[in-house]
Amino acid sequence: MTSLPDTSRPGQKKLGLVIDLDTCVGCQACATSCKEWNTQGYSAPLTDIDPYGPDPVGAWLNRIHGYETGEGENRRALHFPRSCLHCETPACVTVCPTGASYKRAEDGIVLVNPDTCIGCKLCSWACPYGAREYDADDGVMKKCTLCVDRIYNENLEPEDRQPACVRACPTGARHFGDLGDPDSDVSQLVKSRGGFDLLPQMDYKPVNKYLPPRPRRSDENAVPAAKLETVGKADGSVTERFFSWLDKALS
Amino acid sequence: MLAGHFAAAGAIAARDSSASLTVMAKPDSTDGNRMADEPEINLNLKTWDEVKTTTCYMCACRCGIKVYLKDGTVKYIEGNRDHPVNKGVLCGKGSAGIMQHYSPARLTKPLMRVGPRGSGEFREVEWEEALRTATTWLSQVRMSDPRKLALFTGRDQSQALTGWWATQFGTPNFAAHGGFCSVNMAAAGIYTFGGAFWEFGEPDWDHTKYFMLFGVAEDHASNPIKMGLGKLKKNGAKIVSINPVKSGYSAIADEWVGIRPGTDGLFVGALIHQLLKAGKIDLDYLARYTNAAHLVIRNKSGADDGLIARDRTGKVLVLDSASGRPVAMDKAAKPALHGEVKLPGKPARTAVPAFQLIAERYLSDEYTADKAAANCGIKAETIVRLAGELAHAAFEQAFELPIAWTDSRGEKHKSMTGRPVSMHAMRGISAHSNGFHTCRSIHILQILLGTIDVPGGFLYKPPFPKAAPPGLKPAGKVGEVNPLKPLPGPPLGFVAGPEDLLVDADGTPRRIDKAYSWDAPIAAHGLMHTVITNAANKDPYGIDVLFMYMANMSWNSTMNSGGIMDHLTKIDEKTGDYVIPKIIYSDAYYSEMVAYADLILPDTTYLERWDCISLLDRPISEPHGPADSIRQPVVEPDRDVRPFQTVMLDLGARLGLPGMVKEDMTPKFPGGYADYIVNHERGPGIGPLAGFRGADGTKSGKGEVNPNQLEQYIENGCYWKYELPEHMRYYRMANKDYLEWAQGFGFNPNANPVTFNLYSEVMQKFRLAARGHGDVVPPQVHRRRVEAFFDPVPMWYAPFEEAMTDATDFPMHAVTQRPMAMYHSWGSMNAWLRQILGRNWLYMERGRAKKLGLRDGDWVHVTSHHGRIKVQLKLMDGVNPDTVWTWNAIGKRSGAWNLDRNAPEAKKGFLLNHIISDLLPVRDGGYRYSNSDPVTGQAAWYDLRVRVEKADGAAISEPQYEATKRPPGLLRAAMKIGERMMKGRGQ
Repeated sequence: MTSLPDTSRPGQKKLGLVIDLDTCVGCQACATSCKEWNTQGYSAPLTDIDPYGPDPVGAWLNRIHGYETGEGENRRALHFPRSCLHCETPACVTVCPTGASYKRAEDGIVLVNPDTCIGCKLCSWACPYGAREYDADDGVMKKCTLCVDRIYNENLEPEDRQPACVRACPTGARHFGDLGDPDSDVSQLVKSRGGFDLLPQMDYKPVNKYLPPRPRRSDENAVPAAKLETVGKADGSVTERFFSWLDKALS
Repeated sequence: MLAGHFAAAGAIAARDSSASLTVMAKPDSTDGNRMADEPEINLNLKTWDEVKTTTCYMCACRCGIKVYLKDGTVKYIEGNRDHPVNKGVLCGKGSAGIMQHYSPARLTKPLMRVGPRGSGEFREVEWEEALRTATTWLSQVRMSDPRKLALFTGRDQSQALTGWWATQFGTPNFAAHGGFCSVNMAAAGIYTFGGAFWEFGEPDWDHTKYFMLFGVAEDHASNPIKMGLGKLKKNGAKIVSINPVKSGYSAIADEWVGIRPGTDGLFVGALIHQLLKAGKIDLDYLARYTNAAHLVIRNKSGADDGLIARDRTGKVLVLDSASGRPVAMDKAAKPALHGEVKLPGKPARTAVPAFQLIAERYLSDEYTADKAAANCGIKAETIVRLAGELAHAAFEQAFELPIAWTDSRGEKHKSMTGRPVSMHAMRGISAHSNGFHTCRSIHILQILLGTIDVPGGFLYKPPFPKAAPPGLKPAGKVGEVNPLKPLPGPPLGFVAGPEDLLVDADGTPRRIDKAYSWDAPIAAHGLMHTVITNAANKDPYGIDVLFMYMANMSWNSTMNSGGIMDHLTKIDEKTGDYVIPKIIYSDAYYSEMVAYADLILPDTTYLERWDCISLLDRPISEPHGPADSIRQPVVEPDRDVRPFQTVMLDLGARLGLPGMVKEDMTPKFPGGYADYIVNHERGPGIGPLAGFRGADGTKSGKGEVNPNQLEQYIENGCYWKYELPEHMRYYRMANKDYLEWAQGFGFNPNANPVTFNLYSEVMQKFRLAARGHGDVVPPQVHRRRVEAFFDPVPMWYAPFEEAMTDATDFPMHAVTQRPMAMYHSWGSMNAWLRQILGRNWLYMERGRAKKLGLRDGDWVHVTSHHGRIKVQLKLMDGVNPDTVWTWNAIGKRSGAWNLDRNAPEAKKGFLLNHIISDLLPVRDGGYRYSNSDPVTGQAAWYDLRVRVEKADGAAISEPQYEATKRPPGLLRAAMKIGERMMKGRGQ
């Protein structure tokens, strides 16, 4: 079994994602941009098996699911991007028999060391979020690295040093930053929008947060509407009344 | 719902569940736990050795991209931050571009058919043989009757070239995919306000507070809309989506209005009814920028009935409120918008302001909220509330931008009034036979609220606005098509009356697609979807060569796919040859259409080519200024393929087409398309690219040829943009400085303001012809239809298929939506995208399914008046109960796209196209109109009516067609993908 680093000290960096479920349209940009970066990056390759055949499957570090949820007026279609939440106390790490799964002391990113991973899959059993993917061809477990090979990468322009999924997202639904710093943009966003943890009852303390969809603004939450009272003289057809108003308005 | 997204995840989960639990490692620390030694990892990974910019080509957005390369291999593609279209972001397709580029479905060498059409049996030929064959076929046509070449170019982004090529060849039979995409909406926009949705304009995302989307299913325009929605969310704007299906953009809308398909025009009419009734309209805007005050002649049965009254000098007359008399527009202090007035001269005629006719139409009982509610499936109180919300946003949240400007009349304004309401619409409007009128109604709603090209409203993108309609007419009239001669003008343009139609003296269409005929008079983009049927039926005539590019016309880009395959293989009993004797097709991939062609000219992928995204074609401009861009080859083809545009120029030179050869008949553009992009001039100083013109590249718009233009584009990230000064960014229909600048820049022939046509005089001219007035009149068989549908005031009518079929036989609507990760790209050859969506289902509302005794996962027959398919059902809540839907273009023919014959796309996926008829049922004397909008000829895909019943038998979709064979050159697809990626890893 594997120990976690001590991340309890104040000011501990907790890098993670904030994902806005109010804005995500399910376009898959984060999934494919993740795949294209990571299949040649730290996690390379993310193997695709039978890619042009009857049962194409591959390793993805980020998948987008569509659901219908809620009742009545608030019944909604929801797009839910799912990837590693880089928990503060991740069972996927503590369960690892070889030390291959580990949490970085410096920034809290949870990684798998492909050189020591033996592909036993205990970590994928331990993760309640289904965030790990076994690459059967490569024989090792793969997962979101928070693009650890981008965010500090001096070969990239400073503004590009962010995870590929955040860089690509067309609606701006994905945000990256230090959730250990209460003043960071992401922490402020979580605060102002009521960001929440997935499965908090499991007590793995996910670093990634999700922002809830805002209430629908139809009947009971409607935005202000002008009063539409019929204009013009009191009698006559709607058309006649309208023309009487029009004549007056233009005279 | 959207269960396609679950498929791959499910497969992974299944694999995980086989996990072995037996492997345990020995503890090695004192507390029994293994402490991970954090391994050294390379945080400065560099898997590339160079980065090149170019332009994406997986849909019509044309985003700027940066392509990371290692030893000439594509490693990574990301959005270009500086680019005006996408500003750095990139969608799911664009980010999977690497798999589009390396797809094993890529064609590798020119092919000549050896088996029967449809079999996929080909032999490889050298380019010289392919080009010589094409030249022989084409020159025979050009020497005898150039009309016998039909050149239709699908999702072509080089129409400025291909249209010009057709002109020089001399055939009027040219168009791209507009006719089956959205030409009715494009025409409705351009004839109403000199602009249109999509790449021709966009909401003022920064200022809009209320945004209404009509029939937009995660498509057009992909990234700009997504970025805009993100911005609206951030700004707290309200987003309302009118769509039968709650997916994609509708899913994040603040309010989803699940309208019954084809009733949007009625819904919009009802909103207008409410606004008019309550006087919530912008009268000042109407008086200044529209033809609301123009007097319309009342002269029943006269040849001028319904035309705009003008004085002897041609000036429009209005009713002067002060004097009560008709006077020239510029002489009236206060033009009236209501009231009947006698016109001078004989015979005695009266006239009323155009606005009166508009108000009478929308205030009629047809457009009450109750009437609309019953038909649209929307509560009456919702309609009233939405109208009130629109009015509140437009008038009570109006604002001023402190920007001084001068209007066309010379009046100076201290500020610009903003009305923060904007709208966007797409296929849910266009794919109906009432789409032209519906779209006109949407624009009239925008105009009544005073929201076009104002801050917060819907903004033009230059070169728009243009005159409504522009002066350019389609060529191809009697006498204009001659052997060995070019056309006198381009084949596509804007008719302004019956005299501009392309018909013979007896009314027979001159074009093979019947565009600009009485079948489809305002067919501004042509009717690609009718070409094969008409050619096979020799109606109006037979052709010799069908030449197509990037259009999957035997499969998902056509109605009646099975019937079209029959047409493509129909034998002429007299000659024993195919009725369409020769088919040339260019495509980069082994699409379903390839098997039906005789000669294949393999195209490159988008990363291997030069292109120009030209202002002469569909621009990529931003509202605040024009822009254009290029593609540069970032990798060299590893196959014997050539870019289509270079091949066209080569063929043009071989045929000796004017403009493509020098005086000594040698090729004018020996350097191919890149050579043309730089050196071709359409007019003095006007070329395909507007940027970096002039000898030293310092001129914009007009300027001499710059031999280093492409290098300067590349240095600038492969795009060029021009920022308009603040005072020229709004009110451009009547913004003096803008209009003068636009004239100087070469966009418009003059600086006249654009008057919005609430009332369409052009439409009335066709109607008068149907009453027998004028020199060009429709044959009897067409008259009733033209009279009915060329109403100069927008109207709503039930879609044709609904009106012509029995609602008890076919009680439901069937429509498609565009999957965001596949839209416009047919991504089934893409190893990643097909994992996201490898098959489709038919989605039905849960309650309706229960009533029909159907359950989730059932296989069902879907039957229309035209045919039957077998598909698998999924249930959901977010869909109009009278509607079933599926994702567009996911079903593939077995064997196509170099997929396994048992690919889910072929065995579980399906197309609705098989049950959509390309012709309407017989009527009026045996004639069958195309299943299209009667004004523009736009294909009415979503008019489809069906019934759904449980099916027995195998769990496989129907129809199934015999698998096409893999052509020579295509490799058996890989068993897995991974090693190549690994190779470039720059540890």
